[in-house]
Amino acid sequence: MFPTPIQRRSPTAQFAYKSFLPLALFMWLLPLIAVAMFSIKPASDFTQGNYWGAPGSFEAFNNYGQVFFNSDMPRYMLNSFLITVPTVIGAVALSAMAGFALGIYRFRSNIWIFFMFVAGNFVPFQILMIPVRDLTLDMGLYNTKTGLVLFHIAFQTGFCTLFMRNFIRQLPFPLIEAARVEGVAEWRIFWYVVLPLMKPALAALAVLIFTFIWNDYFWAVVLTQGPESQPVTAGITSFNAQFRAAYHLMSAGSIVAALPPVLMFFLMQKHFIAGLTLGAVK
Amino acid sequence: MTTETEIQPRSWYKRNEIAVTPWLFLAPAILFFLVYVIFPIFQSIGISFYDWDGLGEARWVGLDNYVELADDSAFEVSLWNNLKWLVFYLLAIPAGLFIALFLNQTVTGIRIYKSLFFFPFVLSQVVVGLVFSWFYLPNEGLLSNMLSYIGLGPLNVLGDPTWATYGIIAAGLWPQTAYCMILYLTGLNAVDPEQVEAARLDGAKGWKMLWYVIIPQLKPATFIAFVVTIIGALRSFDLISIMTNGGPFGQTRVLSFYMFEKALSEYGFRMGYGAAIAVVLFLIMLVFIAYFLWSMWSEERGR
Repeated sequence: MFPTPIQRRSPTAQFAYKSFLPLALFMWLLPLIAVAMFSIKPASDFTQGNYWGAPGSFEAFNNYGQVFFNSDMPRYMLNSFLITVPTVIGAVALSAMAGFALGIYRFRSNIWIFFMFVAGNFVPFQILMIPVRDLTLDMGLYNTKTGLVLFHIAFQTGFCTLFMRNFIRQLPFPLIEAARVEGVAEWRIFWYVVLPLMKPALAALAVLIFTFIWNDYFWAVVLTQGPESQPVTAGITSFNAQFRAAYHLMSAGSIVAALPPVLMFFLMQKHFIAGLTLGAVK
Repeated sequence: MTTETEIQPRSWYKRNEIAVTPWLFLAPAILFFLVYVIFPIFQSIGISFYDWDGLGEARWVGLDNYVELADDSAFEVSLWNNLKWLVFYLLAIPAGLFIALFLNQTVTGIRIYKSLFFFPFVLSQVVVGLVFSWFYLPNEGLLSNMLSYIGLGPLNVLGDPTWATYGIIAAGLWPQTAYCMILYLTGLNAVDPEQVEAARLDGAKGWKMLWYVIIPQLKPATFIAFVVTIIGALRSFDLISIMTNGGPFGQTRVLSFYMFEKALSEYGFRMGYGAAIAVVLFLIMLVFIAYFLWSMWSEERGR
């Protein structure tokens, strides 16, 4: 193991390490801790210039109540869910099929189609902005959740296919050959043999895509406007315009907006990290 | 002999099943990807040769948009800022490695420490941008407060044309470092302990051990960290839009932000000009895409 395990060092070093850990963490998360503290302060603290001192009074219920009952926030959150969940399902379904095709079958254009997905996934997506916005307008889907979902599915399919294909390549191929010898139809092999083995990959991708799409801001701004279809990342800017300079409310709003992917991460940590680091080790 | 004649002539699909199935499975993904990703790249390149406001008739202007770019000082600023992003964003890789080495121990509660260190990556860039813009507030911000403790005057990071871009990049480094850290933590887990012990017996330790034994084994993690960091740097948009909206005096624009401004904001709907900026960004990225694909290609063949 590298670096040398701390247990092999002197007791002083061990003590120093263990006491430095929480301090380092505190410094690392300092900006976030500050915002969490903002969100429980009363408005009067900010007018009196008490930005970083102890809260004048505990106003968490008031502040978060305002966010939930006195703003468009719940609306934006719902929109985010209605955009994120269908995208996750769509992208995972499409890429599971494409990954199966590219991972199992040998045909001449296989590697080129694979590279098309990989390359498209690396593209700076600003180059897609004008044509995609036009296309969405032409289909009458501008400022709808559907328009946003369709684009997200398409774009995420690139990354997901890369992921799925590499995962399927690692499955034991003799299993599939055995099924073929038995005369099992190809689509049944996909459904009954390969798909059950892909469960870890499906879970990892679902968690990852959920976070990516929930946090998307650029496409939300390009393809939607107004509270009827904007997700929370874009909504938070109008929320902030509504409560200009009301730091206690703006920070409460930001925390609420950030919460679902954070919960997702802490509940599904193993899958999340497996998804992110696939390929980081051979 | 009789069995063979009894076999029913199989349908066309049955005979060609192995050849046809992959295409059936690929069809929806390819369709979506072509319509929303591949075709738009070429459409954008096409639009960049036109003068078009997005509604009326598009007028062919040849290379005029690109000629105009050459003289556009805002474009020049954006290009330089993109370069700064590329260079400084890469600091996330050594920083991530450093934190990973710091956390690669087995003491009680270390798993919670690891996930809390990773935490910033899960936040949306919008929230990161807001959090840091409050952190940077000129007088009330925590940064100015801390600076005044050590006797330095208040600093308005985001209001200062020279510092603003670095302030935004620092905000971006926060989640990106967390990402690189998790890649390296996974990589360190897979480092061969026997090699490490062998190197130790040979007297290698500290920096030498890190440089000659550990880092070579972390190569796959470094490659992925490099890929995601480069892509992140070139896509940077959210933080700029949230923290400064391109200001002060347009000094924090990058190409992706500038093209959005030209094509879709109050500065006018100049689709052709915006597309030309996007094409330049794409060409920069193409250099990296070619390198990434080449690396993956040589690895595929090595299998």
